[in-house]
Parts: sequence; C-alpha cells; structure tokens
Amino acid sequence: MADTVQEDATQKNGTLLGADELILNMGPQHPSTHGVLRVKLKLDGERVRGTECVIGYLHRGVEKIAEHRTYQQFAPYVDRMDYIAAVSNGLGYCEAVEKLLNAEAPLRARVIRTILTELQRIASHLIWLGTHALDIGALTPLFYCLREREEILKIFEKYCGARLTTHAFRIGGLQYEAYDGFEKDVERFCKDFERRIQEYVDLLTGNSIWIGRTRNVGVINSADCIALGASGPILRASGVKWDLRVAQPYAAYDRYKFEIPVGVNGDTYDRYMVRMEEMRQSRLICLQAIENIPEGPILGKVGKVLKPPAGEIYHSIEAPKGILGYYIVSDGTTQPYRVRIRPPSFINLQAFDKMVRGHLVADVVAIIGTLDIVLGEVDR
Amino acid sequence: MADEPKPPQQPESSPPEASGSSAAPPAPKSAAPPSPAAPKPAPPAPKPPVSLQVPLDNELVQRYRARFGAVVQDAIEDRKQAYLVIDSSQLSEVARYSRDEEKFDLLEDFTAVDWPRREKRFDLIAILYSFPHNIRLRLKVPVALDDRPASLVEIWPAANWLEREIFDMFGIQFDGHPGLKRILLPDEWQGHPLRKDYDILQQDTAWVRENLGIESGQ
Repeated sequence: MADTVQEDATQKNGTLLGADELILNMGPQHPSTHGVLRVKLKLDGERVRGTECVIGYLHRGVEKIAEHRTYQQFAPYVDRMDYIAAVSNGLGYCEAVEKLLNAEAPLRARVIRTILTELQRIASHLIWLGTHALDIGALTPLFYCLREREEILKIFEKYCGARLTTHAFRIGGLQYEAYDGFEKDVERFCKDFERRIQEYVDLLTGNSIWIGRTRNVGVINSADCIALGASGPILRASGVKWDLRVAQPYAAYDRYKFEIPVGVNGDTYDRYMVRMEEMRQSRLICLQAIENIPEGPILGKVGKVLKPPAGEIYHSIEAPKGILGYYIVSDGTTQPYRVRIRPPSFINLQAFDKMVRGHLVADVVAIIGTLDIVLGEVDR
Repeated sequence: MADEPKPPQQPESSPPEASGSSAAPPAPKSAAPPSPAAPKPAPPAPKPPVSLQVPLDNELVQRYRARFGAVVQDAIEDRKQAYLVIDSSQLSEVARYSRDEEKFDLLEDFTAVDWPRREKRFDLIAILYSFPHNIRLRLKVPVALDDRPASLVEIWPAANWLEREIFDMFGIQFDGHPGLKRILLPDEWQGHPLRKDYDILQQDTAWVRENLGIESGQ
C-alpha cells in the first residue's frame, strides 16, 4: 500500500483510505510553507505515508513574458523568481546572454559580480537559517539573521539603489561602478560576520532540541539526490563534493580558493552544517576578492541593441539553492525565441516526497524548511 | 529533418510570429526599438553570418553513431556546446545508454521549444550532465503534435515534474508517465501557454470567470 500512495493521495474520493488513514491539507496559507506551497499529506496517525505538492499559485508565466521582451527588458524579471537571491538570478541570466552573444564581461565587472553574488548567498542562507529555526521553534536566530542580512542589503542599496530585486548587473558587465568605500563596507561586514556566525552556532549547533529535531530527519542519499535532480546544499549534504563554482567556474571564481563543505548522512542537520559552512566560505571569497579588485572598464562592448546570432545556449550557475540554469534560443532578433529557466527550488521540491515519508507531521515543517524553497521560483 | 534553428528559422520565424498571433505583438514589438538610441540604422548592417554552429564529430558522437546509427540524425556544436538530434522513436534507448554507458547521471533539465512552421513541431531538449566526466550534452528530439514520446521517468526520476511541466505548457503527451497532469496551471485550464500560437494576452476566460469570480485576469 505504501508504495502506491502517491497515486492514492491524488484520488479525489477518499474511499480507498484505510480506517485509520487521513488526508490532511497543508497550505497554501500556512506560515511554515514559505509562501504558497500546498501539500496534501496522507497520514496514518502522526506518520506521513504519502504526499502530493500542489504548486502554481504564484505562476506568472515568466518564460512566456521573455519571448515578448528584448534581452535587456527581460533582465529585471529574473530578479522576481528567487526574490531572496535576486543577484544570483541576474548573474545567471546576464552570463547566459553574454555567452549567446559570444561576449564576456571585463574582469573588473566579473570580480564585483562575484563579491555581490557571494554576499547574496550569505543573505539567502541567513533567511533560510532564520525561518528554518523559527519553524522548528527557535525564535531568536531569526532576529540575529535579519540583523546581519540588513547589513548586506545596505551594501546592495548603496551599490545600486535597490535592496531586494536589485537588477544589479547589466548584460555585458555592470551599469554602476562600485561606490566609494565599497571595499571597506564589504570588509567591515565580513570581519564582523565571523563573530556573528559564532552566535548562531552557540544557539543551535550543540542545542539538544535542535539536534533532536534535525538529526536523521529527511534523510536522502546521494544516489537519490542525483536521480531526482536535487542540487546545491542538498546534494552536498548527502556527501557529493561537487559545486559548479569549482566544476565549471564562471564569473571570477577561478581566482579564489574556497572549500566545498560536504555532509555524511544527508539529513536535515547535515544540510544545516553545510549551509553554515557555505556562509563562512562565501565570507572568505569576499575577503579574497576585495583585496585586489582589478582596474579597468566595467562594461564590455555588447552594443545597445542586442541581436544575438541565431542559435542556442545553456548556462548554469551555483545559486544559493542549487543549479540555476538558463536555456536561451535566439532567432537572430532582438527578442529571445525561447527562454527556459531551470529553477533549483522546483526540482529540489521533487525530492520532498522521498524525504518526508515515514516521518511525523511535525517533521514536515522541518523538511520544507531544509529544502530552502522559494515559491516565486518554483512557480515562476 | 535537418532543419536546425539556424538556416530555416531565420527567414521564417520573425514573420510567423507577427502574423500568427496578431493581437499581441504590436505592443512589445513597437515598444522595443524606440528605447535604444538609433533603431533604424542598426538593422541594415548585418554582419556576414558567422557560423557558430558547426558539425561535431568527436569520440562521444562517434560512439553514439556506432551504437544508434541513423537515429542520431545530427550532431552540432553551437558556441562550444554539443547537442545531438535524436529520432523520437528510440528516445528511451538513447537515454538509457546515455545514463548507463556514457555516465550522464544527472538530467539537469528537460524542456521543449515550439517551432510552429515545422512538420515536427516541437523540439524536446534534455540537458544531461555527467558527474564523472564533468561535461554536458543536450539531446534534441523533434516530435510532432500527436507523437507520444517515451517518458524518461524510469531512467531519471527527475523527469517526472519536468514532463508534467512540458505537458502543461506545450501539450506534449508522454508515454508511460506515472501521472501526467498539469503542474503549474489549474487542472481544468484550456490551452498550452508556451505554444507560439497562444497569445501572451490570451487566457482561459471561462475558467477565470468561474473560479475567480472576475471578468478577466488582466
């Protein structure tokens, strides 16, 4: 019975349920689903026997819109997918179009892009940590995390005027030169952040309630991760030492040294440890990068009217949530013929059913949190 | 079937979109050029077509050709990225071979592109990644509207939701999918929005009226 539950849970009539089974609807208006995720849970008492995710509440047809905008006009739209890591989305899109144009951003632009993207990774992980801990019942980390994230958003605001949907980059490089004192601000944040991270560690890492709620919860092994396409910290926590920033470097990542953290068990606690270490590594990348930002132009020669030669390109980056890919087909006009976005949240969410079966209802909340999904990106 | 995007689509694709979906294009089409400085002088000076797509014949392609013969219809390198054009009749065999023999263990993405003027209207695009070799390969599978390509869920479980999304957006039915239904749009929605003949302003007004209680979603 347990093997076929996915089909069962989708049945409109519940007549096939056993006497002690129950379909419980969770969401879309539920604070711990991080947006408008709706999950149908098939329960046997407190145990989860099957799930079905109902998504699409936030679908805006981003890929359709792309076909009716010019390449530059579409750039701000990508910020609105994973809106808590807008800079990463922008980086992926700009680099994909640059590849399509056979162009490359100047080195100075790439270095500044790297710094901002790594700051964004820290900010994204901070939101994950705060809300994840909040879901499990630890209220304090949220306030600490938002305090540090605020510092990052201030840097973004000083740099480009926006905090959330930044549109920080332009196709071909950057629109804005780094402001006076940019390095100092980044350095001050990074220096300070080391101490801050220790505060989270003190609150959570050795906390027996935290360990009890996360260890051996939502276990997924590396083979299942790869089969289901789950990427990013989920893949690394299951023991695969793989990161696109190292495997196929983009932006300026080949200039910096950093470690790829990996887990062993692939449980929620390992994913917590991996993301915490990623924040430390991002901080180190930023510190290396500000030491020597090369001089030079910030915008390459791509022209004002972008008409990429006909053809197609796929480019992917390691976004905070996993592999973020753009597959763009050009027909030689100013508007893309097709833009396909490979959203990490959408594909990672597929692993949810695998991770949640057999656990208690209370663990569902922990597992949604550890997946680190953003519904804007799931639904696009 | 050798019509890959570049040669045929260039003359073909801009007119059909203008004529095919007559309602919407005027707005974005006219909105696009005026924003940059010189809209007119730019088009008359097209550079001589640089061939970015070149036929590919490396060892990987040769292994595929040796194994599958004419099923591999074409092998192209576009901007240093390789793709194979595969006949849809043997999609699952090629996919299984790719996973087991060539170690493309990750189905990174699976999507489709609509070319309404073509006889086989859609291209299915499977983007594969190999962890051991750190390379990517795209499989491009032309399918007609009423073709039922084999589902890849058996081979890469990641294909489950991706195929549902393709079905949702393009209306392509996959044979052997465990539960092929819409994923992003409501189940009762009529039409497949990412087809080129589905206008950007188009919507299922009956559904909107019935379920949202408003006249239009615009």
